Amino acid sequence: MNGKTAQDGMSRMLRVLIVDDEAGFVDVLRKRLARRGVKVQAAYSGTEAVQAMRRQEFDAAVVDLKMEDMGGIEVLQVFRRMAPETPVIMLTGHGSEEAAREGLKYGAFDYLLKPCDMDALLAKIHEAAGQGGRS
Amino acid sequence: MSHEASYKSLRRSMILMLILVSLAPLVMVSAVLGNRFHTSYKEKALAHLDEVLLKHKQTIDSFLDAKVAEIRVLVDVTPFKAFFDPQTLESLLLSLQDRHHGVFVDLGVVNAEGEQAAYAGPFLLGSADYSQAHWFQAAMRRQVYISDVFLGVRGLPHFIVAVRKKYEGRDWIVRSTIDFAAFNRLVENVRIGDTGLAFIVNKDGEFQTKPRMDISSELPKLMALIKSRGKPGAGRWLSRAKDASGVWSCLFESPSTGQEYVVLMTELKGGEWTLVYQQTERDAFQDLYRSRIAAIVIVLLGAAAIVAAALYVSQRFVNHLRRLDREKEVLNEQMLETGRLASVGELAAGVAHEINNPVAIMMEEAGWVEDLLEDENPWENEEEIRRALSQIRTQGGRCREITHKLLSFARKIDPTVVLLDLNQAVEEISELSEQRARYAGVQIITDLASDLPEVRASASELQQVLLNLINNAIDAMDGRDGRLTLTTRKVGEDVQLEVADTGRGIPAANLQRIFDPFFTTKPVGKGTGLGLSICYGVIKKMGGDITVSSKVDAGTVFRIRVPGAEDTHVPAGKDAQSRTSA
Repeated sequence: MNGKTAQDGMSRMLRVLIVDDEAGFVDVLRKRLARRGVKVQAAYSGTEAVQAMRRQEFDAAVVDLKMEDMGGIEVLQVFRRMAPETPVIMLTGHGSEEAAREGLKYGAFDYLLKPCDMDALLAKIHEAAGQGGRS
Repeated sequence: MSHEASYKSLRRSMILMLILVSLAPLVMVSAVLGNRFHTSYKEKALAHLDEVLLKHKQTIDSFLDAKVAEIRVLVDVTPFKAFFDPQTLESLLLSLQDRHHGVFVDLGVVNAEGEQAAYAGPFLLGSADYSQAHWFQAAMRRQVYISDVFLGVRGLPHFIVAVRKKYEGRDWIVRSTIDFAAFNRLVENVRIGDTGLAFIVNKDGEFQTKPRMDISSELPKLMALIKSRGKPGAGRWLSRAKDASGVWSCLFESPSTGQEYVVLMTELKGGEWTLVYQQTERDAFQDLYRSRIAAIVIVLLGAAAIVAAALYVSQRFVNHLRRLDREKEVLNEQMLETGRLASVGELAAGVAHEINNPVAIMMEEAGWVEDLLEDENPWENEEEIRRALSQIRTQGGRCREITHKLLSFARKIDPTVVLLDLNQAVEEISELSEQRARYAGVQIITDLASDLPEVRASASELQQVLLNLINNAIDAMDGRDGRLTLTTRKVGEDVQLEVADTGRGIPAANLQRIFDPFFTTKPVGKGTGLGLSICYGVIKKMGGDITVSSKVDAGTVFRIRVPGAEDTHVPAGKDAQSRTSA
């Protein structure tokens, strides 16, 4: 924790990794978050996400729970080993909350139900980035 | 067999069994006891008749003996010449009549030539000649003689008691006529019941008394019976044909009336006469027949009560069974519905996620359009707005496709049995399960035969079976990168479906219970334990069979065989198909 507030974080662009195998979802989310001062790196699978994380650091990561090649929990576990200071927000559909709560046990920052409200997502990203150790 | 037919058959069997089990002992006991009672009663009744007849014989013998003795005493104590004095003879006769209530009708003395020397009595027989009379000849040969009944000089039936006496070197006979009517009354005085009849016949078959009924037509046969004395042929001799006291008894059928008679006979007068007693069997054993009728009525009433009870009990039992069956059917339907909901729930989890993604995209795209519209000159972004709207439409189409599939599944709730294409059902359910399989890392492979006949099944029940097997297989392979193979084949006249997975397998101990209701190895709240039990019930109902073979850590194969509907094939144009989805 470096003591920065969310407002402090907004003074520079946050770098967020969004991981989901629904390309349409990631693309539009990237555009909307960009308008709100968040620089989004998109990853369309767990494998891509791991590669992206290896290449650069992020203020936060938003990971979908259900993906075909690697599940969200698996990605989370890899992230916790690779970059334990990067907070991870899990995205999950209704009915999979139990799995998302399990993610909290593995060190996820929090989870959001999909589809989620943009303001709620943004607030959660700022909150996570504020508590993260890198920004 | 329909339910109603099986109820009827069950009821028939129950009624028969109840009647048989209840009635057989009743009839057997009644028959045995009845027979024993019949036999012993007859023996007792015959013994009674024997005794009566014997007493009667003694009475008659006593009567005759008394009359003979009287005359003998008279001859012995009275100076014989006094018999020739008419006045003395008259007074002797009166004295006899006085002491014997007029049984002695007359009194006479006959010389050795058969001429009546003296006579006292109501007939004018003063000098009658008896030299040719049978009785006279017989009397001359004996000391004492009782004649048969004959008409004689007077032309009336009578018999005499004669005593021979030596007087002045010559044989004399003192004879007295016995009142036939009085003797007849004495003999007949053994009347029992309505038809009891006693009479005496001599050796020549002549009546020695006058029976109150005309039985002359029966006399020849009766005589044959009397002469046979217990030998077979003449009558049906009873087991105790002749007892120690000399009474014969037999059953005799009257030639004139055809009625059966009980006939008892015993000798009188040293065998010269036979005292016969006859009574119709029905009359003699009247009480026995009454008891038998009463017993038959009781047995019949008992039988009627048993039949009524059997009808009532079986009806109640079948009604109860029918009610239980109805309840069972309702429970089965409820169980099927519960299982259906459970499997739909599992399916819905996969489908919900599938819908969730396009919905999330649509919402974000809509939000993006709103973001763009907030710009000072939004129409500069027209192209981007149009793209976003197009994306919303595309994702809406995805949702519609998913909901259509789901609705198509959910609408199939009709349990009516129809002709179905198994391949089509397999394809529908495997498509529905694709999403779930994908997230579980399972690859679904279908290998469907082209020559498959249709099967008779309820669409909803068949879906239920397929969905349960596919859900179970996916569960068994979760996280194992498994392969689920659905294969259909025509085997003889049957249709075979194999659902094979590469999952963790089923331990042998669980295999035996795999189709038991409520048996599950899933954690509490994850499985109802009804799925495979429902599959088993549905396949059995279709007249088919479901088997399972499994190897731990290698996989499980469920094999279903159901009869193919005759002369039905999948519509032309469908070749053997093989499809892989993941």
